[in-house]
Amino acid sequence: MTDLLLNAVASGILLGGFYAAVTVGIAISFGMLDIGNLAHPAFIILGSFTAYILNSNFGIDPILAGVLVIPGFLLLGWLIYETYYWSFERRGEEGLRGLAFFFGLLFITEVALILIFGVDYRFVEAPYIGPSLHLGEVDLPLRMLVPAAVSVVLVAILQLFLSRTFLGRAILAVPQDSGALRLMSVNPTHIKRIAFSISIATAALAGSCLIIIQPVEPSIGRDYIGRVFAICVLGGMGSFPGMFTAAILIGIAENITATFYGPSWSPAVAFGFLLLTLGFRPTGIMGR
Amino acid sequence: MSETLLKIEGLGKRFGGFVALEGIDVEVRAGERLGLIGPNGSGKSTLVNCICGTLHNEQGSVSFAGTAIDGLPAYQRTRLGLARSFQLPRPFRSMTVKQNLRVPILYTVNARSGTHLGERAIEERSAELLGLVGLEDKADKRPRDLTQIEMRKLELARAMAAEPKLLLADESMAGLSHSEVDDILVVLHRLVEQGLAIVLIEHIMRAVMSFSERLVVLVAGRKIADGEPQEVIRNPEVERAYLGE
Amino acid sequence: MKTGTFWILTAVTVAVVFALSRLVSNDYFFFASYLVLQYIVLSTAWNILGGYTGYLNFGTAAFLAIGAYCSVVLHKLWGPPIPVLILAGGVLAGLLGLGMGYLTLRLRGVFFAISTLALAVVLQTLITNWDYVGGSRGVYIIRPQTAPLIGSYIQYLFLIMLILAGLSIAIARTIEHSTLGYGLATIRDDEMSAEASGVPTLRLKLISTTLSGALMGMAGAPLPYYVTYLDPTSGFNLTFAVNSIAMPLIGGTQYWLGPLIGAIFLGTIQQVATVTISSAVNLLIVGVLMVGFVVIAPNGIIGLFERRGRGRRG
Repeated sequence: MTDLLLNAVASGILLGGFYAAVTVGIAISFGMLDIGNLAHPAFIILGSFTAYILNSNFGIDPILAGVLVIPGFLLLGWLIYETYYWSFERRGEEGLRGLAFFFGLLFITEVALILIFGVDYRFVEAPYIGPSLHLGEVDLPLRMLVPAAVSVVLVAILQLFLSRTFLGRAILAVPQDSGALRLMSVNPTHIKRIAFSISIATAALAGSCLIIIQPVEPSIGRDYIGRVFAICVLGGMGSFPGMFTAAILIGIAENITATFYGPSWSPAVAFGFLLLTLGFRPTGIMGR
Repeated sequence: MSETLLKIEGLGKRFGGFVALEGIDVEVRAGERLGLIGPNGSGKSTLVNCICGTLHNEQGSVSFAGTAIDGLPAYQRTRLGLARSFQLPRPFRSMTVKQNLRVPILYTVNARSGTHLGERAIEERSAELLGLVGLEDKADKRPRDLTQIEMRKLELARAMAAEPKLLLADESMAGLSHSEVDDILVVLHRLVEQGLAIVLIEHIMRAVMSFSERLVVLVAGRKIADGEPQEVIRNPEVERAYLGE
Repeated sequence: MKTGTFWILTAVTVAVVFALSRLVSNDYFFFASYLVLQYIVLSTAWNILGGYTGYLNFGTAAFLAIGAYCSVVLHKLWGPPIPVLILAGGVLAGLLGLGMGYLTLRLRGVFFAISTLALAVVLQTLITNWDYVGGSRGVYIIRPQTAPLIGSYIQYLFLIMLILAGLSIAIARTIEHSTLGYGLATIRDDEMSAEASGVPTLRLKLISTTLSGALMGMAGAPLPYYVTYLDPTSGFNLTFAVNSIAMPLIGGTQYWLGPLIGAIFLGTIQQVATVTISSAVNLLIVGVLMVGFVVIAPNGIIGLFERRGRGRRG
């Protein structure tokens, strides 16, 4: 019983670590830029499929594949932000029509993937998928350990970028004081565009991590909508350390639920967390 | 007319660790013209928001016309007779100017027991209010077709449509030209003639000085002066706050 | 036009449409029309909360499915007639709307939207794990052959949905021209300003969510008899959410006519596309149209006409 629990917690921590990679993009686009990008999970699935193509056709390691497609995803983020800005932010109607826009993108991406790849599960092959690390009673599957490690590195790099570089600090300044930015002759829109592109680029890497952990088919992005927003909100919106903690908490909670009550209950865990948090303790997100 | 209309006692408000307001005591009598001034960031708008119910003050109490209104949602405070205009005008953009005035009438005046205005009465009242602020010929325009000063007049008209006893005019003159400021002052004086108490929150000193019977000064979340305008501005603390060290 | 006149006109239209439909002998017509009518109800209901009040609901499926599964349970328990099922589904979905609204309407619109998605997933998970209604395997409902007076059962279902469509449109229009409608519009335009004008925003929002949810639940109640096999994946299908948002956005969200136009327009396109191309391409078309309209013509088809009529930017 205890080693079942120990293993559930251990892989929950790893799962949570991976969830941080999935959420960091939202922490930037929603937590910092206040853009309700509901389509983020779809881009992660897109990242999974690009990793799948590169892996199954050219034998490229999935993580490497994720890194290779980052420029493409940066461009994608750039284009999406441009459309978003010209259609909504400029007119001051970003709130709800923007949401409908991203929801539409989520849907289009999912359906496009179904049309191209069908509904079958796809998976990648790599030497670390399969073996596990044994630490006493606890088994740490490498296919979860590697993504968790990648996630830590990714978030750490981003954190350094945001706190140490001029560009990064400009991004942090956007929600706080766009006026001051302008005075420093930095265009806030340009900064937001870069930040948003970065957030989409993280999806490339997160996607390759995902397909390492589990086989992927187009519609599983939906399960992640609740997760990423739950983690982002629980983690205090823009804070990376908060987000990481929240991610691990949810990872553990989901895993324990799956282990003791069955995997068919796990989609509800994150969403349930979200509803409870929003309903009873939504610090900092009250009212219009 | 010397009954106390608005009474604020020991009001305090924090945002996380930042103390926005502390120990604020202010009284406003019926029909009074009170000016509220202070440097940027001194907490004027926060105070307005706490009085109106948009923000919740953790400390102190606010009472209006003898009733404690702490915890009451904003719409109920409006119904009690406490109106406000917003610093940046917030009209209802999908409606015409005339329809903008309908809303407070339908939801405030008609919501009070004892008064119910029918269609014709609402029409008349709207026309009256538009005349009061000088927007009669803009009745069927949308807010996006209005100039800055017209929007501010609409703001005031909307606040008046709720038939308040006290109006908090939050920086209604910001960004206006010299003559436009005079324009608004004329409107405000008309409102006072109707028996309204007005709290004028402003940066434009000549407007505040000419309008107010009493002046309250906020600096860094605290009240540092409260009295006759001429005396208050001679107060050394007030001078220091405005002219700097 | 006075409200009373509109209700009469709607009732007459329903009667006329039904009478004309009796001339059609092809069952496919009734099957296809049922779907379009269902979407008229769903998009009109969605628009009460989305277009009038300004709160986007991404969880239409949750309310529809509650109505459908409520019918499943009642059908297994004692099999009441459809009008009773509709009432039950409506009440249950209305309560769901009320409860969810109470939890989340004090938050910003974006959090409300995400909560509605969350709600749909949580509900789907609950139903998937509930064996009485078939769990993940789904449940089979036997559709009766005939209905009293009408004859063919599918025509009966068509009539039911036609009546619901008329009802929802009449309700929407009544709201539009009422004090409630004004209040909802102010919430949509500027909630803080609405409160300052004396509008009890939370109360009105709750009325809006409850009514919207109830109508969606009513639309879902006959669904088990229509599809005869219901499982959580189809009952909670995201397509319901996308369509009920796309149709008002495409038709126009400010007036009752918008969802009607959008539902007929998009619903017909979908029927044609599903039959001639494929159901996946059909979904792609919906998504693209929705994004296209949101970006280019945010006031929908009605907005485009308004613009041309007035000769300046709508």
